[in-house]
Amino acid sequence: MLDTTAFDLRRYIQGNNHSLGVWITLIALIVFGLLRYENFGGSYNISSFLNYNAMFIVIAVGMCFVIMTGGIDLSVGSVAAFTSVVAAYLSPYGIQVALPGAVAAGLAIGAINAFFVVVMRIPPFIATLATMLGAKGGALVISGAQTISIDWSSNFTKLGLEKAFGILPWTIVITALVVFGLWVLLEKTSLGRTVLAIGGGEDASIMMGLNVTRAKVLVYVLSGGCAGMAGLFLASGFGAGQPLEGIGWELSAIASVVVGGTLLTGGMGSITATVAGALLLGLVFNILNFENGRGVISLSAYWQMVIRGAFLFVVIVFQSRVASSAQKGAI
Amino acid sequence: MTMQNKPVTSASEPTAFKFEWSMISRHGGVVALIAILLFNILITPNFLHPQTLFVNISQVATIAIVAVGMTLVIATGGIDLSVGAIMALSGALAPLIFTSPFAEANPELGLALSIVVPILVALACGVFNGALVSLLNVQPIVATLIFFISGRGIALVLTNGNLQTFTNPAFSYLGTGKILGFPFQGYLVLIIAACVWWVMAFTVFGRQLLAVGGNERAAELSGVPVKRVKIGAYVICAGLSGLAGLIVVAINSASDAARIGNLMELDAIAAAVVGGTLLQGGRAPIFGAILGAVIIQLVKYTLLANGVADEVALIAKAGIIVLAVYVQQARKE
Repeated sequence: MLDTTAFDLRRYIQGNNHSLGVWITLIALIVFGLLRYENFGGSYNISSFLNYNAMFIVIAVGMCFVIMTGGIDLSVGSVAAFTSVVAAYLSPYGIQVALPGAVAAGLAIGAINAFFVVVMRIPPFIATLATMLGAKGGALVISGAQTISIDWSSNFTKLGLEKAFGILPWTIVITALVVFGLWVLLEKTSLGRTVLAIGGGEDASIMMGLNVTRAKVLVYVLSGGCAGMAGLFLASGFGAGQPLEGIGWELSAIASVVVGGTLLTGGMGSITATVAGALLLGLVFNILNFENGRGVISLSAYWQMVIRGAFLFVVIVFQSRVASSAQKGAI
Repeated sequence: MTMQNKPVTSASEPTAFKFEWSMISRHGGVVALIAILLFNILITPNFLHPQTLFVNISQVATIAIVAVGMTLVIATGGIDLSVGAIMALSGALAPLIFTSPFAEANPELGLALSIVVPILVALACGVFNGALVSLLNVQPIVATLIFFISGRGIALVLTNGNLQTFTNPAFSYLGTGKILGFPFQGYLVLIIAACVWWVMAFTVFGRQLLAVGGNERAAELSGVPVKRVKIGAYVICAGLSGLAGLIVVAINSASDAARIGNLMELDAIAAAVVGGTLLQGGRAPIFGAILGAVIIQLVKYTLLANGVADEVALIAKAGIIVLAVYVQQARKE
């Protein structure tokens, strides 16, 4: 499915008919929210919603790259926990040190994943499972199993609190830049095309002379870097490095990618639809909170897990219908 | 990958005794076990005390039971992430049932229901997983992700997130009972492993399961009911997870839905892989999975008994998984 080289909206939507559903659902939910709740469209809700979900969006986008090659990265949650601690330790030196530091830590763990998968040829599922445990252990070791408070006097706090150009928090601006950069990488560069080709057929890609090794290393390092960035957001959002956070994030990220219409078998995928998927999953909770706030129903936090699972189920069933009808034409 | 005609357990391959690298890699699990045992006998205080053995048996049982189920699922080329959540679900249900007024009025019936109903619920979860994988062609990771997320949620909703403590000697026998001095669940593991091994080695279902994992398309073309066999694997795995959940609750005489079976999917996958299960499917070394579970448990115990922090133990576990798969990979090439 390499036919989306040029950006033609009509072809783009047709070529990704898996992701059409996520856009429709997202818009429907937003309209529903706007009509039903008074403050839903207020700047406070939008800004805090995006601020909180920034880390999930960044992780999901990185995960999307890995999944497009047919791989998977289970380590992202632990990596984010690890780099949140790194960011907290570096926060006294200011954001100019903490940001590169946290991202570099993530990139390093991503490189370990790449080494396991590409050089040692360990299946991605197992390789990243191991780094998941390792990074979790590492986060607990360097933090002494404590949350590490950030330095409130440095400019690190600006990240989540201060608004860029007085409009949006920095977190959101950075997220938007990352997403845009990765969209360009996927859609406009040969490296991005190679990533998709690998998922479509790794052997065929090698025979075509594509640099498969380079692209595979890239996706794992990239995903690690994205998780590192998410860890930074985590530290700034909670005001502390959280070695125990990040449990289940990899699964939320996978869910976002899947909801966005990317098949886990690789070979196709969309950055924008993945962002929509992450927003959609976040929005479900946002709406649930508003619904709780109205006092008509009262659902405990535990219900969120149940609803998230049910939601994933609905999307998967919908997707498998689309996929089976699409595959009849393709194969 | 070739289709296996025989379920080959890593320990039962008849090979000439030549001490070389391939030998070590083929019997890597056994070598690792011996190394850990020797290390412990030399270093860990009181390792040869019977109490150590009992503690380890009672703790390894749940990993081993789930690992057996996981081995079957992996043998079909799938994976089951929902085992921990299903453990939480069954573990939350049991105390709810036997502490209900009805069960207190009819203790025997209540006890029976508190074991049967959670396992039936677990089996139903397995049917759900299997149906998604085989009927809707959803990838196993995604399909079992649904219960991974919502299963524990349901358990928490049912118990309202409360810790349920209880005194019910009859139920606790599952986790604390002893026969001839050895923990009851140790026997349970052996019986389950023997039954599943027999099924895999001598029944049509077992052969079909390996055929599906070996080459699904070929199996389908030769008339194997692929969908039914796959559902079967997920159902067995879920049922065993349900049982493991009951044992955890029985050991603790308490049920905390947030904690039962937490990260169990990782332990079970690790045990299966260390035991020689190929992630691509086609092999189901049942006793290998038990061996893997024992190794994982012993590594945990070794580190704990020697005062190494829990978090470092995590890193060690990660190392073991990578090493086991790497050795497996090297053998294939």
